Amino acid sequence: MIVPTEWALMLSAVLFAIGVIGVLVRRNVIVIFMAIELMLNAVNLSFVALARARGAVDGQVVVFFVMTVAAAEAAVGLAIIIASFRNRTTVNADELALLRG
Amino acid sequence: MGAALFLLVAALTVVAALGVILHPNPVKSALFLVVTLFLLAAVFVLLEAHMIAALQIIVYAGAIMVLFLFVIMLLNLRNDDPERGRRRYVLRGLAWIGGVALAIELALLVRGASVGSAGSAPAGYGGAAAVARSLYTDFLLPFELTSILLLAAVVGAVVLAQKQRRPTLS
Amino acid sequence: MGLIEVGIAGAKAFAVLMLVLHMSAVLLWVERKGSALIQDRIGANRANIFGVMPVNLGLINTLVADPLKLLTKEDVVPAGADKLLHFLAPFLAVFPVMVTFAAIPFGDQLVIGGHTINLQVAGLDIGILYVLAMSSLAVYGVVLGGWASNSRWALLGAIRGSAQMISYEIAMGLALIGAVMTFGTLDMQAIARAQGHHFFGLIPAWGVFYQPLAFLVFLIAGIAETKRVPFDLPEGESELISGYFTEYSGMKQAAFMLSDFAESVVVAGLATTLFFGAWQVPLLFRDGFHLPGGAIVALPHLAVVGLQIASFTVKVFALCVFQILVRWTLPRYRYDQVMDLGWKYLLPLALANMLVTGIVIVLLG
Repeated sequence: MIVPTEWALMLSAVLFAIGVIGVLVRRNVIVIFMAIELMLNAVNLSFVALARARGAVDGQVVVFFVMTVAAAEAAVGLAIIIASFRNRTTVNADELALLRG
Repeated sequence: MGAALFLLVAALTVVAALGVILHPNPVKSALFLVVTLFLLAAVFVLLEAHMIAALQIIVYAGAIMVLFLFVIMLLNLRNDDPERGRRRYVLRGLAWIGGVALAIELALLVRGASVGSAGSAPAGYGGAAAVARSLYTDFLLPFELTSILLLAAVVGAVVLAQKQRRPTLS
Repeated sequence: MGLIEVGIAGAKAFAVLMLVLHMSAVLLWVERKGSALIQDRIGANRANIFGVMPVNLGLINTLVADPLKLLTKEDVVPAGADKLLHFLAPFLAVFPVMVTFAAIPFGDQLVIGGHTINLQVAGLDIGILYVLAMSSLAVYGVVLGGWASNSRWALLGAIRGSAQMISYEIAMGLALIGAVMTFGTLDMQAIARAQGHHFFGLIPAWGVFYQPLAFLVFLIAGIAETKRVPFDLPEGESELISGYFTEYSGMKQAAFMLSDFAESVVVAGLATTLFFGAWQVPLLFRDGFHLPGGAIVALPHLAVVGLQIASFTVKVFALCVFQILVRWTLPRYRYDQVMDLGWKYLLPLALANMLVTGIVIVLLG
């Protein structure tokens, strides 16, 4: 049951690009956030695939850390979204651009 | 057989990932992301990272995505209103072109790189014991630091999400 | 993998599925009769099939008549509901509960016709993580059922339910970690085997004697995970009608009910495996009973295996009945009390338990 490493890396590349497109084309802050999670996961896939290619688990440990950071990021990020929604009643990124001047 | 299974799962993953960024309803987007993450866990199993696959489901599908859904339901968000905000078709088109170019470029990069062929993994590879041994020896300091990060995140989330303090009755 | 192995695996999966389903159905009857007993009523005692055949058999009543009634009821989808998700939610509620049982061993190994069969559907070396992963997916049935119904009661129930399930999952997971530290493995069959020896050759070395606090926390958190009284805030009928499945009828509503009962069975199965010696029978070893004093009562292999499976079933059933007793004895918590209990009492208790367990393990070397 051996999956070629290149295939996994290709899948990772495609998922990452989809995440980038999602961040660029969507205006809903929560959806943008989800696209970022998608990119994180694409990178995780690369780590796991390369760890498998090397036969070492170091890459998997890094994935563990990425997951932890993602969990922390989701908690804080969603809290920020809730707080801004309370003040502005919108989650549209274009309407949350006050600081741009 | 593993390779064929991988192709199937990979195709489904890409479809689900496209669903995340294309579906106008944020709840459906979140569900597509759950499916994507679940399928990625399957990919991890195919790559013999069993522990990570289980964590992927527990942490991502079971906790983070529930949090997303929870917030979407709390804010009662329905479909994205296309009239709201500016419709910048040119910029969107450019974003799509750039994204596809990025995908092609990364894929070409992967093709050109020599990553070596995966031999058979050592016994116990990707199990809880192997990952834990690495985590508690080589990566002990980062591991301890993540606990501080998580604490900071918990405090930050509580402070940010709480309502403005007003005098309480009791 | 030969045809026979595939057949054996299929038979095991089928047997376990039947075990869970039937136990859920029997529990429904036990619950009706038990609640009647507690409240000094007679309870369900007749089924009137086609209006002519009064059958005064309580068990048949709930096992046959109830499903028939639910199957033939009209299936109402509320206006404005998200049809696809409304349809999918009951499946998402039932599926994770059913597959959880795959990792729970219901017996030692069975040697028959030259085949050694491990009496467990999936022998996973990360068994407990698998169980936690699946139970963390159970929340989607609740969330989607509530959201897709387009009803405020259902939505409120879903929000309550998801918050409660996430909160108690943490306490439950940490309680399990205490037990895992004691046995030093995540493989549930290995945990079951580790509980096979005896203190003083008499008292079985079950997990509950090593980890009483973990068992307590696990059981409370487990009952909260099943969303039943005293933790039935997500469906509290005096506040939310039926909570997240208010807008469901017929077989879909039955699926939600089934998932509730099956969750009880899963919690009981996990508690049995980790804290009550899984399929171990006190003093029973692979060749028969080893009585204190050295006497051995030899038993044939099949009898030993049968006793083990029976022991597992009886323990699971007893724990299920205990949950029903709790349900009909205690009043419902207030919502802030539920959250307080989970975050301020169970979670610190589970953490302290982990710490003490770790210290003891280090001290004992």
